[in-house]
Amino acid sequence: MGKLTEIRWHGRGGQGAKTVALLLGDAALSEGKYIQAFPEYGPERTGAPVQSFNRISDEPITLHCHVKNPDVVVVLDPTLIGPVDITAGLSPDGVVIINTNQPASELKSKLNLNGRKLYTLDASTIAVETIGRNIPNTPMLGALAKVTGILSYETLMEDTKKKLEKKFRNKPEVIEGNLKAIERAYSEVKGDE
Amino acid sequence: MTLAKVLDDAAKAAQGKATKRALTGNEAVALAMRQINPDVVAAYPITPATEIVQIFSTYVADGLVNTEFVAVESEHSAMSATLGASAAGARAMTGTSSQGLALMWEMLYICAGLRLPVVMPVVNRALSAPINIHGDHSDTMGALTTGWIQIFSENSQEAYDNLIQAIRIAEHPEILLPTMVTMDGFIISHAMEVVEIQSDEDVRKFLGTYKPERTVLDIDRPITMGGLDFTDYYFEHRRSIAEPMINAKQYILEVAAEFEQKFGRKYGLFEEYKMEDADYAIVVLGSTAGTAKIAVDELRAQGVKAGMLKIRVFRPFPYEEIAEAIAKCKAVAVMDRSDGLAGRGGPVFGEVRNAICDMEKKPITVDYVYGLGGRDIDVEMIKSVYSDLQRIAATGDKALVTYLGVRD
Repeated sequence: MGKLTEIRWHGRGGQGAKTVALLLGDAALSEGKYIQAFPEYGPERTGAPVQSFNRISDEPITLHCHVKNPDVVVVLDPTLIGPVDITAGLSPDGVVIINTNQPASELKSKLNLNGRKLYTLDASTIAVETIGRNIPNTPMLGALAKVTGILSYETLMEDTKKKLEKKFRNKPEVIEGNLKAIERAYSEVKGDE
Repeated sequence: MTLAKVLDDAAKAAQGKATKRALTGNEAVALAMRQINPDVVAAYPITPATEIVQIFSTYVADGLVNTEFVAVESEHSAMSATLGASAAGARAMTGTSSQGLALMWEMLYICAGLRLPVVMPVVNRALSAPINIHGDHSDTMGALTTGWIQIFSENSQEAYDNLIQAIRIAEHPEILLPTMVTMDGFIISHAMEVVEIQSDEDVRKFLGTYKPERTVLDIDRPITMGGLDFTDYYFEHRRSIAEPMINAKQYILEVAAEFEQKFGRKYGLFEEYKMEDADYAIVVLGSTAGTAKIAVDELRAQGVKAGMLKIRVFRPFPYEEIAEAIAKCKAVAVMDRSDGLAGRGGPVFGEVRNAICDMEKKPITVDYVYGLGGRDIDVEMIKSVYSDLQRIAATGDKALVTYLGVRD
C-alpha cells in the first residue's frame, strides 16, 4: 500500500461529521484516489459526541479495522475538548485542526500535543456569515484540504459545487454560501506558530 | 442516500461504460439490484440491511425498474412472497440481516426444497441475545443446512460482483438453488469505498433473461410444488437437492470465468493471498480478509512466510480445494466470526478440519473465535495469531480454540 492518510472527525450529532467524511471521500475519488469513509455507529443523538473516519491512498485500501492512529484529527466543536480525548492515538507527526474562535496558544495547554501541530479556524462564524447557519463542516473540510494538501482547492470547489447543485437546485444561495465558506477557510486557517 | 444521488447513480450506470463510484456496501448492492431489475422484490427492513430495500424502493418509485415491490409485515412473509413469486416464474429477490434471516428460517428450507433460484443479499449481523446491531457471521452460519448457496464478500466491490454472479449461479439449470450473498454489517454495509460499477447494459447482457423450465402458473403444463411426500418419496426428493449442491462448484467457477472475461475481475471458490510457499496461514471470511492482507504483507517484509486464504463460497464448501491449498502449511489458524456453541470452536473450524481429515500429512489447525458483535479486529491482533502459529509449529503446544480479543 502506498502512503495512506487516516483522518478522524470529531463532532456532535447533527453537525455533519458523517456527511463531511462522505464529501471528502467522494471528492478524493474524483482525483483518482482510493478512499474509505465511515462513521462510528453507536447510540447517536443530536448533540452527543460522534466520530467519523476517512482513509485516503493512491492505492487500493484493504484495511477494514477501526482508525486508531489517525494522521489528522479535525474537531468540529471545541466543547468536545476535555470531555473527549481528541488527540488519542494521534500519530507522532499528526496534526489537529479545530473549529474555534480562540487563539491556538490558549488551546495548546488543554491538548496533549507533544510537539504535534495545531491549526485553528473560526468555522462557526464563517458558516453563519456565508451559509447562514452554524454548519461548520464545509469550512473545516476547506481547512483540512489547505493544511494537508490531500485535496486540491480546485477539486474541492468543483466537487462541492457539483454535489450541492443536485441537492439545492432551487437554492443557489446555499451553493454560493458553501463555496464562499471553503474559500474563506482556505485563507483564514491558522497554524500555532 | 438522497434522491439526487440515486438518480445520479442511475444516470452514470446507464452511460454504457464502467465507472468508479464512491459507494457504501448497501448502495452498491441496491445498485446491483436495480441493474438486475428483478420481477418481484418483497422485503421488510432490518438494520443494517434496511438501506438496500429502502434505496431499491426509491428506484421502484422513480420507475427505474419494472419490479413489483411488495412491502410485507415480516421477514417470514418476505421470504414467503419472494419464493411464491419465484415459483410463479418471476426473478425474485429480497434482502435481510440477523433476526430477519432467523425469522425466515422455515421458508429458507422451503425455498431450497422447491429448487427456487431466489437471490438474497444478507448483511451479516450478530444474533440476539443480547441485542447487537453490528457485524458478525452468526446469522448466515445459522442457515448452513438450509440448502442455500452462500457467497461471502470482503468489500463493497465483491458484494456488487457477487450479487450479479449469484443470479446466474442460482438460475443455472444444473443448480437451481437459492443463493445468498453476504457482506459484513456496518464494516462494509455502511462504509463508503471505491466500487467499479458496470453499465446497466453490460450487466443485463451478462445476466440474460430468466426462462424457468416449469412454473406453477403454467396452466398448459400443470405441476405440483411442495406436495405431501411421506415415507414413499420424501427421501428421494431430498436426495435430489443434494446433487446440485455437490455439483455446484464447477458451475460457480464457470460463471466466475465468464464474469472475469466480461468485467476483468477474477473470482474463485476462495482467494489465496501469498499462499504458494506459506508456512503459516489463516483461513478467514469477509472484511477481515482485507485487514489480514496487510498483516501478511508486514510479516512477509520481516521474512515470515505468512499466507491467507479467504473463503468466498461457503456453501457448497470447497473441501478438496481448501485441503490442497493449505496442505503444505505447518500451522493454520481458522478465524470464526461466530461461535457455533458446539463445544469445539466455530463452524468454519469444523469445515476446515473436515476438509483435511483424510490427508496423510496435514497442518496443525487451531481456531480463533473473534469479532462477535462487531468487536474490532486490527492488524496487530491478526499478527498475534501468526506469532501463535509460529510458536505452535515449533513446540506443538497449542490451544485448540482461542477467543481472540475478548475480556476475561
